[in-house]
Amino acid sequence: MSLMKQSEGTAKINVKDLNLYYGDKQALFDVSLNIEEKKVTALIGPSGCGKSTFLRTLNRMNDLIDGVKINGDIVIDNEDIYKSSDVIKLRTKIGMVFQKPNLFPMSIYDNVAYGPRAQGIKNKKVLNEIVEESLRGAAIWDEVKDRLKSSALGLSGGQQQRVCIARAIAMKPDIILMDEPTSALDPISTLKVEELIAQLKKEYTIVIVTHNMQQAARVSDKTAFFLNGEIVEYDVTNNVFSNPKDQRTEDYVTGRFG
Amino acid sequence: MTSAPIEKQNIGNGKSNKRKYMLESLSSKLFLFCALLSVLSLLLIVGFVFYRGSHPFIAGGYSFFDFIFGVDWVPSEDKFGIFPMIVASIYATIGALIIGVPIGLFTAIFLSEIAPKRVRKIISPAVQLLAGIPSVLYGVFGLAIIVPFLQNYLGLVKGQSLLAVILVLAIMMLPTIVTVAETAIRAVPKTYREGSLALGASEIGTIFKVVVPAAKSGIMAAIVLGLGRAIGETMAVILVAGNSLITPTSLTDSVRPLTTNIALEMGYAAGVHQEMLFATGIVLFSFILILNFVLAKISARGAN
Ligand SMILES: Nc1ncnc2c1ncn2[C@@H]1O[C@H](COP(=O)(O)OP(=O)(O)O)[C@@H](O)[C@H]1O
Ligand SMILES: [Mg+2]
Repeated sequence: MSLMKQSEGTAKINVKDLNLYYGDKQALFDVSLNIEEKKVTALIGPSGCGKSTFLRTLNRMNDLIDGVKINGDIVIDNEDIYKSSDVIKLRTKIGMVFQKPNLFPMSIYDNVAYGPRAQGIKNKKVLNEIVEESLRGAAIWDEVKDRLKSSALGLSGGQQQRVCIARAIAMKPDIILMDEPTSALDPISTLKVEELIAQLKKEYTIVIVTHNMQQAARVSDKTAFFLNGEIVEYDVTNNVFSNPKDQRTEDYVTGRFG
Repeated sequence: MTSAPIEKQNIGNGKSNKRKYMLESLSSKLFLFCALLSVLSLLLIVGFVFYRGSHPFIAGGYSFFDFIFGVDWVPSEDKFGIFPMIVASIYATIGALIIGVPIGLFTAIFLSEIAPKRVRKIISPAVQLLAGIPSVLYGVFGLAIIVPFLQNYLGLVKGQSLLAVILVLAIMMLPTIVTVAETAIRAVPKTYREGSLALGASEIGTIFKVVVPAAKSGIMAAIVLGLGRAIGETMAVILVAGNSLITPTSLTDSVRPLTTNIALEMGYAAGVHQEMLFATGIVLFSFILILNFVLAKISARGAN
């Protein structure tokens, strides 16, 4: 209720009373929140509290896991994503960046062109444009433009992660989900990715899971604090870090969590 | 309960260590001996086959070229040409690959990517059991089922033919291809699949565009191993090949691959005839050697 009042922008994603079970084990409890368009929303909380699980419900990646049961509503652009059966369309609208860079063992070009090709785009000129535009969008074009045809796995971890972001935006999604995108990166690469996120939010709605609270404070507009599968607090990032309402949030953001 | 205080004492015991060292060096020698045994066997077999097989060409004045490219094998008339057998072996192997590889790969993909656990639990052991069936039983099966089938439905005078060999070999290579390819596909990191699906690719698209290419070198190894099985198979082939000494020009021809030539005649051959059978063995062995070389190359590339 107080959560609703906080939202000022337009909600892109409405989540209401979401419960998720891995078999008999419940991992999410009555999660409700509205994620705003063209903002960065950070999900923080101790490990195992359900951040990744929640993130993966948004593009239905949990469908791949045997025995997952989900109830509640997730509405994206006025469509309940679990009532519609077109998962492929949903996933083309939502890009995802994973914890470890997971480029395919093929060339940089083929990686970025993978999504558009899967949608049936074959025209070389169109693909060339998409690839260049996406790599520029991910601020990695200058570093890779001379080696587009060489294996993507030859890049450094930080470069790979930015190509992963390019691969995701090549689909021209509305939303980008990121699950601890910098946890496997060195500090300089991390900084580059954070700068990129600040750029990307002009065009995309971004939801980012992070265990790094400074990062959440740096990059996000709003922050949701998860604990044991529940949202304890969801507010403007500044408030969460400097003026938390819940004692548990305060303990966590000040590092006094036990 | 109170436990008695444990007296502090050194657990090590000086005098038994000498025995430990002796046992250690003894057992390492035993291991070495066992390991050398297989190398020794290899050298003995290869050396023997090469020694006997090369004799007619070195000391007997026979031409190796005529041996490989000669089309007549008539030991009684001193004619030793194995060209028809080389062709039969190659055709039979390629034919078996054309049938066995797609079926084996689709089975492997199905087992590792698509099949529900329950289905996999039935099919996987069945495939493994197929590998354990003695090859003579494959031959018997071919003779009792495939050969009459070909005779009745293709109107062949004699069902024993190149086609029968190909079918039997295709079945025999299945377990090798399925097991090795399945392991390779399973080893592809889950993150590749997730990455592809998250980009809006379909499950089948993901399998063929990402998972299978990523398992490429393992799949190649599976094919080469299956090929090795086919080219060296003897017992099952003898029963269904028909064993005629002609260069096959059609699938329905009766054929005699290299292996069966050796097995059929070695029992009574003597002198040059016998040595020529050893020479046939050299040719067969060369094929296997080339295959192993290819396999090593593939797995070396896979390791990179
Ligand atoms: N595939 C799965 N099967 C069963 N339980 C899972 C699975 N994935 C995650 N969990 C459980 O769900 C809970 C939340 O996990 P996760 O969402 O990964 O947490 P976080 O990302 O916040 O560290 C944990 O208790 C975890 O053990
Ligand atoms: Mg996680």
